[in-house]
Amino acid sequence: MLRALRPNSRLLNWFYGFTPPERGAVLLRHRRVYIVPTRLGWMFAATLGLLLLGSINYSLALGFVLTFALAGMGLAGMVHTARNLALLSVSAGRAEPVFAGEAAQFRLYLDNRARFDRPAILVRHLACGAQLVVHVAAGSVTDAALAVPAARRGRLVLGRVMLETRFPLGLFRSWSYVEPDASCIVYPRPERSALPPAGPHASAGAARALAQGNDDFSGLRGYQRSDSPRHVAWKVFARSDNLLTKQFSGDAAAELWLEWDPLPASLDTEARLSRLTGWVLAAERSGARYGLRLPGHDIAPSRGDSHRAACLQALALFGAP
Amino acid sequence: MSTLLPAAHPLAPELRAVSGRDLAGLILALLLVAAPHALRAPWWLILLTLSLYGWRAAALVNHWAPARRVLLLLITAAAMLGVWLEYGMIFGRVPGIILLVVFSGLKLMETRTHRDAAVVAFLCCFLIITNFLYTQSVPTALLMAAALAAITATLVGCSAPGRPLRANLRTSALLLAHAVPAALALFLLFPRVQGPTWGLPQDAQAGVTGLSDTMSPGNVSELAQSDALAFRAEFAGAIPSSRQRYWRGPVLWDFDGRNWRAGPALLIEPPPSPQGGRSYRYVMLLEPHQRNWLFALETPAQRPANANFTVDRQLVSVLPVRSRLRYDMVSVADGQADAHESEALLRRALRLPAEYNPRATALAAEWRRDARDAEDLLARALKYFRSAKISYTLEPPLLGRDAVDEFLFVTRSGFCEHFSSAFAFLMRAAGVPARVVTGYLGGDPNPVDGILTIRQSDAHAWVEVYLEGHGWTRVDPTAAAVPGRLDFGLARSVPAGAGLPLLMRPQLEWLRGLRHNWEALVHQWNLRVLGYNPERQREFMSWLGVEGADWRDMAAALGAALGAFALALLAWSLRRWARPDPVQAAWRKFCGKLAARGVERRPQEGPRDYTDRAAQRMPGASDPIRHIGALYVELRYGKLRNSAGISELAQRVRDLRLV
Repeated sequence: MLRALRPNSRLLNWFYGFTPPERGAVLLRHRRVYIVPTRLGWMFAATLGLLLLGSINYSLALGFVLTFALAGMGLAGMVHTARNLALLSVSAGRAEPVFAGEAAQFRLYLDNRARFDRPAILVRHLACGAQLVVHVAAGSVTDAALAVPAARRGRLVLGRVMLETRFPLGLFRSWSYVEPDASCIVYPRPERSALPPAGPHASAGAARALAQGNDDFSGLRGYQRSDSPRHVAWKVFARSDNLLTKQFSGDAAAELWLEWDPLPASLDTEARLSRLTGWVLAAERSGARYGLRLPGHDIAPSRGDSHRAACLQALALFGAP
Repeated sequence: MSTLLPAAHPLAPELRAVSGRDLAGLILALLLVAAPHALRAPWWLILLTLSLYGWRAAALVNHWAPARRVLLLLITAAAMLGVWLEYGMIFGRVPGIILLVVFSGLKLMETRTHRDAAVVAFLCCFLIITNFLYTQSVPTALLMAAALAAITATLVGCSAPGRPLRANLRTSALLLAHAVPAALALFLLFPRVQGPTWGLPQDAQAGVTGLSDTMSPGNVSELAQSDALAFRAEFAGAIPSSRQRYWRGPVLWDFDGRNWRAGPALLIEPPPSPQGGRSYRYVMLLEPHQRNWLFALETPAQRPANANFTVDRQLVSVLPVRSRLRYDMVSVADGQADAHESEALLRRALRLPAEYNPRATALAAEWRRDARDAEDLLARALKYFRSAKISYTLEPPLLGRDAVDEFLFVTRSGFCEHFSSAFAFLMRAAGVPARVVTGYLGGDPNPVDGILTIRQSDAHAWVEVYLEGHGWTRVDPTAAAVPGRLDFGLARSVPAGAGLPLLMRPQLEWLRGLRHNWEALVHQWNLRVLGYNPERQREFMSWLGVEGADWRDMAAALGAALGAFALALLAWSLRRWARPDPVQAAWRKFCGKLAARGVERRPQEGPRDYTDRAAQRMPGASDPIRHIGALYVELRYGKLRNSAGISELAQRVRDLRLV
């Protein structure tokens, strides 16, 4: 029995009306839009009760009219509140990768295909409490960005999101849960440490430079777009307006390997990943070509944003199935 | 960066500050509901309430700090003390209402959040209903409907603070419109009980005008200066002539020298119907007068439900008439009834206090000596009244101990109570059993709907004498002395300008025309809205086909009606199912057309890939296919939907010809 009530059990999924995660656009059918009176709603009901008693006791025909008009309005308000949420379509956009300790920005798209606007809809991430109130105009799509803290590296799944509204009278609270299929890659928290000294099989570091490093200046050549700004001969540019790139003897062949194995044994897995992440960032900044060597997974040396992303993703998902 | 702790709920009403716009709506609603009370409450309390509203408005404009709690408590205490000084109590109906008005201002002063605003809005609903305790007229209803609209708009505004006012007003109007069917069903079918269910406060009947069960010189003429409505009568056929329009009310038996009193009502089984005469069938709509008696055209031949005949053919209701009462009546005019009367009652109809009005007593003794029989005596008395040149006035002079003597021989002017009192006294003194009947004479037929309106100014008193062989016979000494009273009503019978109610003055014909139309409307309002009671509810149920309905039938009918209404609203909110997204519909149609030519869309194929593949397979139509694909992608995944694009897509899909 208790097992049946565990998160994501079949019974609960049946109760909520969906099986997470949900791919594509999720249409909030009436079946999964819940509604209960708010505290104001109960206060309103008590007011109606008193008005009814007064009308009966004093035989006030217009008192009955007022009481029943308010009751009818409450009833209509209930349907309006449910309508404000029902048949709204929710889909999740791509979330850009973040480093552990930052907040992942999940984007939810609320698509209102109806001809009425849907004001004051609260979008709330249940696990972390990130929330915002949006107004979805008629026939338009509004995006809601939820900042979900990413504590650990790996794949951060968005999880359950609640949409809630109390419009138009505030007497009822209508809500629905969605669990869109959205996740975000969380890179390990980068450790700020110097790049390992270059050199073949340097003992202290896990990186070594193949061929020569980029420290030996050998001359100037014309600037090409792919050149790192730090290699531009700025002093020459200042004098002559010629944009030239400094050439180093080992530049073409300079390759930095960032390796797992040579790291000190005292570091645990996460610490190693943090250090390697820091190195990837430093190496990319230095403009060098670098490769990543993890147990069972090598990434050939290269550079540029997509290479950096591939390395960071490998580090983020290290050990993940 | 967001915190891991669950943040405060942004929709919680106790956390959302109320906006200036919604506060303005609230103040408007309060002004509307407090306005009618302003005419009734002491001026200083109204001034206090208005300054509280004004303070809140000024605080809003000038961003003042909220009022101190101590200050609010001080004002509360001062208001309660003031009410106590004014009324001598705090918990009565009137002081309670006044205090509620002041408290609305105090609550408004400390209104900061959505929740506070909602509480003030609910308080407004109570204030609306307190207005109905005083009057349920059409103008009041319209004013209160405006207040209800302001309350609704405020609640909607609080729920969507950033939304434009126009949109919020449209939502409020939609809500009110959607409330109408349920409200109507509840009004018609909610099982009604006849109130009150428990005791009314002591002052519940304050200020109700109408006849009483005593008659002393001056009290009917006072009543005659009131324009207030007494009742209306709607005749099924012809309306009785103005000479027949005597509406019987309390019958007064006991005279103490100055006042006539009704004494205890003796209930009897329905007496036999009067013989001869013409019978009239009509519906009475009696204004509440807080007493038991019912009025009916003379001579009533039938009793309404929950009412009884008394021994003097008066109709009395089991319960006091606390709300407008509607009953069917049959009366016989100019018929012959009650030829016999018990000895005890005849003795009671002859009793007079000793040593009052010696001159009148002497006059009666003289008539008794000279008259052949009772009828001759009656003729002598009427002749005396006709020739005595007694003037008919709404402002009779004050009379002393021997009121009848002074009226007949000294002042020689008076109103119907003087005439009838003197006449009955003379009859009794002359040995003819007599009693005074109070009620109304006349009534104004409305040319618009033919309904007879009887006002307090039609109040009248006449005499019944008992004649052997004829029974109780109506004699109207006022009509004998002032013949015009019968045919032309009060207005032409008293001298011009003698304190007549404004609308009875003959110069204002056009105003009366306007008034007739208005009154026809008010009559329908009274009949259908205010007069809807348990009995009318049963009639409505039998019109629906349920005879003898009890509260269970009504609850069932109500449940069915509300259920149907909720379903209809739900269907309204589900409309999208019936009318699918036009972009999707066009796309499905397009896919169907392609599939018919053998190019079926694969489950994982996106629209662009699919149209590319279809265009390659059908080179003859490749351009339109690609165009439709691009248009669909733009409409479906682009942020904007424009109706021109949607109709273009539908048109292109329709026009697509595949060979």
